[in-house]
Amino acid sequence: MQALSRADRVELLRAMLLMRAIEARALALYRQGRVPGSFYDGFGQEAVSVGAAFALGPRDRLCPLHRDLGAHLVRGVAPARILAQYMGRASGVTGGRDGNVHFGDPASGVMGMVSMLPDMMCVATGMALAFKLRGEQRVALSWFGDGATSRGDFHEAMNWAGVQRLPVVFVLENNQFAYSTPLAKQFAVDPVERARVYGFPGVTVDGNDVEAVFEAVRLARERALAGEGPTLVEAVTMRMHGHAAHDDMRYVPPELLAEWTRRDPIERQERRATALGVDVAALRAEVDDEVAAAAEEALAAPMPDPAEAAHGVFAEGEAQPLGDGRAPWSGFAGVVAEAPV
Amino acid sequence: MPAMTYLEAISDALREQLRADERVFVMGEDVGAFGGAFKVTDGFVEEFGEARVIDTPLAEAAIVGAAVGAAVVGMRPVCEMQFADFVACGFDQLVNVAGKTHYRFGLAVPIVVRLPSGGGFSGGPFHSQNPEAWFMHAPGIKVLAPSTPEDAKGLLTAAIRDPNPVVFLEHKHLYRRVKGEVPEGIYETPMTARVAREGSDLTVIAYGAMVHAALEATEDLGASVEVLDLRSLVPLDTDAILASVAKTSKVLIVDEANETCAAGAQVAALIAEHAFEQLDGPIRRVASPDVPIPFSPPLEQAVIPSVDRIRDACRDLLDY
Repeated sequence: MQALSRADRVELLRAMLLMRAIEARALALYRQGRVPGSFYDGFGQEAVSVGAAFALGPRDRLCPLHRDLGAHLVRGVAPARILAQYMGRASGVTGGRDGNVHFGDPASGVMGMVSMLPDMMCVATGMALAFKLRGEQRVALSWFGDGATSRGDFHEAMNWAGVQRLPVVFVLENNQFAYSTPLAKQFAVDPVERARVYGFPGVTVDGNDVEAVFEAVRLARERALAGEGPTLVEAVTMRMHGHAAHDDMRYVPPELLAEWTRRDPIERQERRATALGVDVAALRAEVDDEVAAAAEEALAAPMPDPAEAAHGVFAEGEAQPLGDGRAPWSGFAGVVAEAPV
Repeated sequence: MPAMTYLEAISDALREQLRADERVFVMGEDVGAFGGAFKVTDGFVEEFGEARVIDTPLAEAAIVGAAVGAAVVGMRPVCEMQFADFVACGFDQLVNVAGKTHYRFGLAVPIVVRLPSGGGFSGGPFHSQNPEAWFMHAPGIKVLAPSTPEDAKGLLTAAIRDPNPVVFLEHKHLYRRVKGEVPEGIYETPMTARVAREGSDLTVIAYGAMVHAALEATEDLGASVEVLDLRSLVPLDTDAILASVAKTSKVLIVDEANETCAAGAQVAALIAEHAFEQLDGPIRRVASPDVPIPFSPPLEQAVIPSVDRIRDACRDLLDY
C-alpha cells in the first residue's frame, strides 16, 4: 500500500507482536492464578484492531472490544498498565474496578467497552453525531463481532448512522464463532450485506492482513470525513483461542484451526517486513523484552485499597472529555493534537 | 416572577441552557418539528435549528447510547424518552454504559434523560409507569423527580450542568395542571429535599405528583402535618428525612410507583435503621400495588394512591 511507509509497516508488525506477547504473558499469569476471574484474548485477530486503529487520527475516537487489545497499544497505553489491569492491580487502567480488556484510557481517546454487545456501536454513533454537529473533521470507530450483529443495538446504530450520514466506521470482526455459536446459527445473510439497506457501503477484507484492514479503514475514514457517511468494514478472521481461557473449543473443527494457523496475521506481516530487510528476530526480541519488563512492573504493583471500593461512582466538578491518543501512522505526521473542547 | 406551568418551566430550563451553553443539545423521538409528544420542545427547532434539536429514529437504546458517545467527546446531551415507560428499551445503555463508566475508568458521562412519567389519565400499562426505582438500584445514575414548576426548572438546570448521568422524572399529570411562580434566568435547585409544608404531628414523605396529593390530603386533618418533598431520589437527602422524623415521630411514605422496592421502601428502611428510637408508631406506606397500571378509569383510580387513601393512612397514624 502506498499509504504505508516502511516504518509504518514495521510499526504495524510491532504492535501485533506486542499484542500477542502481552496476551501470551497474561494467559500464563492466568494459569498461574495471578489473573482473577476469566481471561479473554484476541489471538489470531491482531490484524483487525491494529490495522484499523492505525488508520485513525489523534482526534478520532475508538470503541474497541475484548479482542482488540491492539487498538489500545496503537493509541499508546503502556503494556505494564495492561498487565496490571488483567491482574486487578491498583496500577491497572481501571485500578482493579474492572477486569481483562474492559477498559479505556480516557487520555488515549478510547472509550472502554461493556460486556453487552454491541452497545458501543451506539456510543460511537453518538461520538460521530457530536463531530458532525460541531463541524469537526473527526471520525468514531467501533469494533463488534459476528454475534453482536443479532442484537438490536447493531440495527439501531447502523440505521441511525445511515439516516444522518454520520462520520463513523463500523468494523465487524467476523471471527467465525460467537462463543460456541457458528455463523450459520447467527444470521441468514452475511451482515456486510446489511450495510447497503441502511444506506451505506459494506466492504469485506481479509482480517488477517493488517495492511488490508488498514487500507479499508483508511478509505472508510476518508469517506466519513468527506461527509459521505458511515462504512461497514467486515474483517474476516478466526478466533484461535476459546471464548475465554476456560473454553476448550471442542466445537471448532481441527481442520478449520489448521487452515487459519496457516493464515496467521503476524507471520504474514513478518514476511513483508523480512522482504523490506527488517531484522524480524531482533524486533521480536525487543518486544519480548518490553513485555517481560512490563510484567515485572505489573507484578510488583500493589493490589487496590479495599477502602477505595465505594469511591468514584459519581464524577465531581467539570466533566472532562476523552483526550487524544497516539496516532502513529506517518500520514498523520504534522497533525497536531488539539486541546479537547 | 412569572407564573408558569410545570411544563413551561421545563421548557424554560431547556431553552436557557441551549442559549447559554453551545454544548447542550436535545434529541428524541418527535422533539424537533413536532415539538415533542407533550410540546416541551415546541418552537425549539425554529430557534436552535435541526442540528441541536434532533429528531431521532425510533431507537431508545441508540438515543441513550448516542448521548453517552456525544457526552464523552464534550457535548451535554439532553434526551427525551417519549414516555418514561420506553426507557426500558434504553435501560442497558443507561445502567451498563452510562452508569458504570466513571467508576470503571474515571470518565464522566454528563447526560440527561428526561422521562415523562406517571399515570392518572388512562395511559394504560405502557404510558403510566414510574420507573425511578429501576435507576435508584443502578449505581452511577442520579434520579430527580420535581413536583413544582420552580423546582422543575432549577433541577433540570442542575441536571444538565451535572457531570453525571441524570434521569429526570417529569410527571405528566403535573405538566399543565400545576402552575407556580418561576424565577427568571438561570438558577439551580439543590438535589436535596424540600419541606413543602411544616408540621409537628406527622411527616408525609413524597415526591413528584404525590406531593400534591399529600398536601391536599393533609390540609384539613386538624393536625399539624409536615410534608417533605424529596425532589431528588439519588442522591437521597437522608439528613432531611431523619430531621423531619425526629421532629414528628410519625411517618407516612407515599409512592405513586409500584410498592415493592420503590423509593419509599428505601426511605422506610433508612428510617427503621437510623430513627427507630424516635418513632412513635409504625412506618406506614401508601403506594400503587404491584400491578401494571390499568387503563380504565375505575381500575386506574383503584391502583394509584388517592387523596382519600393518603388521608385515611394519616388518620390511622395520628390516632396510633
